[in-house]
Amino acid sequence: MSETKKKAPFFGKKEKKLITDPFDDSNPITVQVLGICSALAITVQLKPSVVMTLSVIFVMVFSSFIISVLRNLIPSRVRIIVQLVVVAFLVTVVNEFLKAYQYDVFKQLSVFVGLIITNCIVMGRLEAFALGNKPFPAIIDAFGNALGYGIILIIVSFFRELFGSGKLWGIQVVPDSFYDFGYVNNGLMILPPMALITVGILIWIQRSRNTALIEEN
Amino acid sequence: MKFLHQFLEKNIKPTFDKGGKLEKLYPAYDAIETFLFVPAHGTHNGVHVRDGIDLKRTMVTVIIALIPCLLFGMYNTGYQHFLAQGQAADFWEMFLFGAAKVLPIVVVSYAVGLGVEFLMAVIKGSQVEEGFLVSGMLIPLCLPADIPLWMVAIATIFGVVIGKEVFGGTGMNILNPALTVRAFLFFAYPTYMSGDQVWHADGAFSGTVDAVTGATALGDAASKVEISTIMDKYDMYASFIGTIPGSVGETSVVACLIGAFILLWTGIASWRVMLSMVVGGYTMGLIFNAFGVNTLMQISALHHLLIGGFAFGCVFMATDPVSAAQTSSGKYIYGFLCGFLGIMIRVFNPAYPEGIMLAILFMNVMAPLIDHYVVDANIKRRNKRLQLASK
Repeated sequence: MSETKKKAPFFGKKEKKLITDPFDDSNPITVQVLGICSALAITVQLKPSVVMTLSVIFVMVFSSFIISVLRNLIPSRVRIIVQLVVVAFLVTVVNEFLKAYQYDVFKQLSVFVGLIITNCIVMGRLEAFALGNKPFPAIIDAFGNALGYGIILIIVSFFRELFGSGKLWGIQVVPDSFYDFGYVNNGLMILPPMALITVGILIWIQRSRNTALIEEN
Repeated sequence: MKFLHQFLEKNIKPTFDKGGKLEKLYPAYDAIETFLFVPAHGTHNGVHVRDGIDLKRTMVTVIIALIPCLLFGMYNTGYQHFLAQGQAADFWEMFLFGAAKVLPIVVVSYAVGLGVEFLMAVIKGSQVEEGFLVSGMLIPLCLPADIPLWMVAIATIFGVVIGKEVFGGTGMNILNPALTVRAFLFFAYPTYMSGDQVWHADGAFSGTVDAVTGATALGDAASKVEISTIMDKYDMYASFIGTIPGSVGETSVVACLIGAFILLWTGIASWRVMLSMVVGGYTMGLIFNAFGVNTLMQISALHHLLIGGFAFGCVFMATDPVSAAQTSSGKYIYGFLCGFLGIMIRVFNPAYPEGIMLAILFMNVMAPLIDHYVVDANIKRRNKRLQLASK
């Protein structure tokens, strides 16, 4: 009996929950309100958001794996520094990679690639999960959270690029006939306040669907 | 009237009451009923005297106060148009031309705004609030007459939902909804809201005539025109009467003063806010005059109060009882800083010639903070007095 219990399925309910939870019930941005800074700054266009999402997924998955492997060796008094070193190493890899292969996106993201190091989601998941769990769940958790972060980034940047510059992925999607008819791109969408408002509207929609999230006054 | 009331009560109300066919639309019914008949609210306990004035009557008074601005705005729209075209026109031609330009904006603003309010009330299951009655009139008055109507519609939706409903509806809003609408348009479609081509109806964007340039006084001043030219083009008298280019309702100080008189006489707006805002603007104007390095700084302090949206913002926007400071001494601080910062933004940042809007929005955000410290100071003072007395 105990033998079968120990042998949990490779990808069971628990693992599935680790992935699906960050999408809704504990979304890093809309529920935990982490990583807001980069979400506001780089969501003007879709492409940088996708690149940012991929970068964060890469950094989070590998840092969670490394920290989780090392978790029994790290003295708890210096654990933050160890985490920082690991994350900084991975971010540098991402940084150099983007500089080499995606220079225009790299310039758009500018300082925010480097700032992944201080992204609360990365450190938060390392502290809260990777330090106390085995590598496999840690990777899944990191992946889920990074994806939960990325999905908001992509939704926000979708609307901002569509209404702000009439494009998606740099390609014009609003037809010229619209412009001839008097349609004008919304300049406010390009400015950071609108990112905040868009995230706010997402939170609103999410909470009216999932009433369990509404805080009591 | 009695017949109408009975008809409503007997034939229409049951459809909307609980169990009726259109139960969900009760808020809409309720809004119409209370619009036609005064709600029969009374005090339920205690001996409180309840004034006959309610939110709806307050709002209607403000709208009456806005009528001079609206009428003059219509006339001025036509006046500026014919002036730019170099055509002669009599008063009625100008007025009707302006009315044809301005009324659609009013209609769109009301239709969209009330539509959103009805929708939100049905979703929330609450009463339709009357708050939009005034906002709907303020919105067209603070926009250029040439603004495309679909922009007005989008901005109105934004203003009502983000400016008001997310905070809990009328009476709960932090920002002035009408100014939120204007700020949205200002940042979203800057080419339609500022510059030198938008102030004439049928100007640059319709394509029917060659582009007519005609900046506002502030636009001119920001583009480093000599002070003497400004004084020539927009002399004190014209700025006072309001025959200068600008947003529909903001140009005429006379119309704003009539509105201010009505609001103060009926006790609806706060004289504290208005007075201190004028003082604040004048003080800042004097400070700039003392330096006088560029055209904007050289405009005399009094003239600063006459041009742009200062008078309109002072009378109708800053005094909004919901978003202004609530305490008496808080109102002085709030008003003073509205005027002070308004002129400051106007002069220091020529990209935002309409600093009054930004200053009032900023002070709307700060108003609860001001109130907090005023109340706090009061508590401290009384505590001290208590301690002294008990010694």
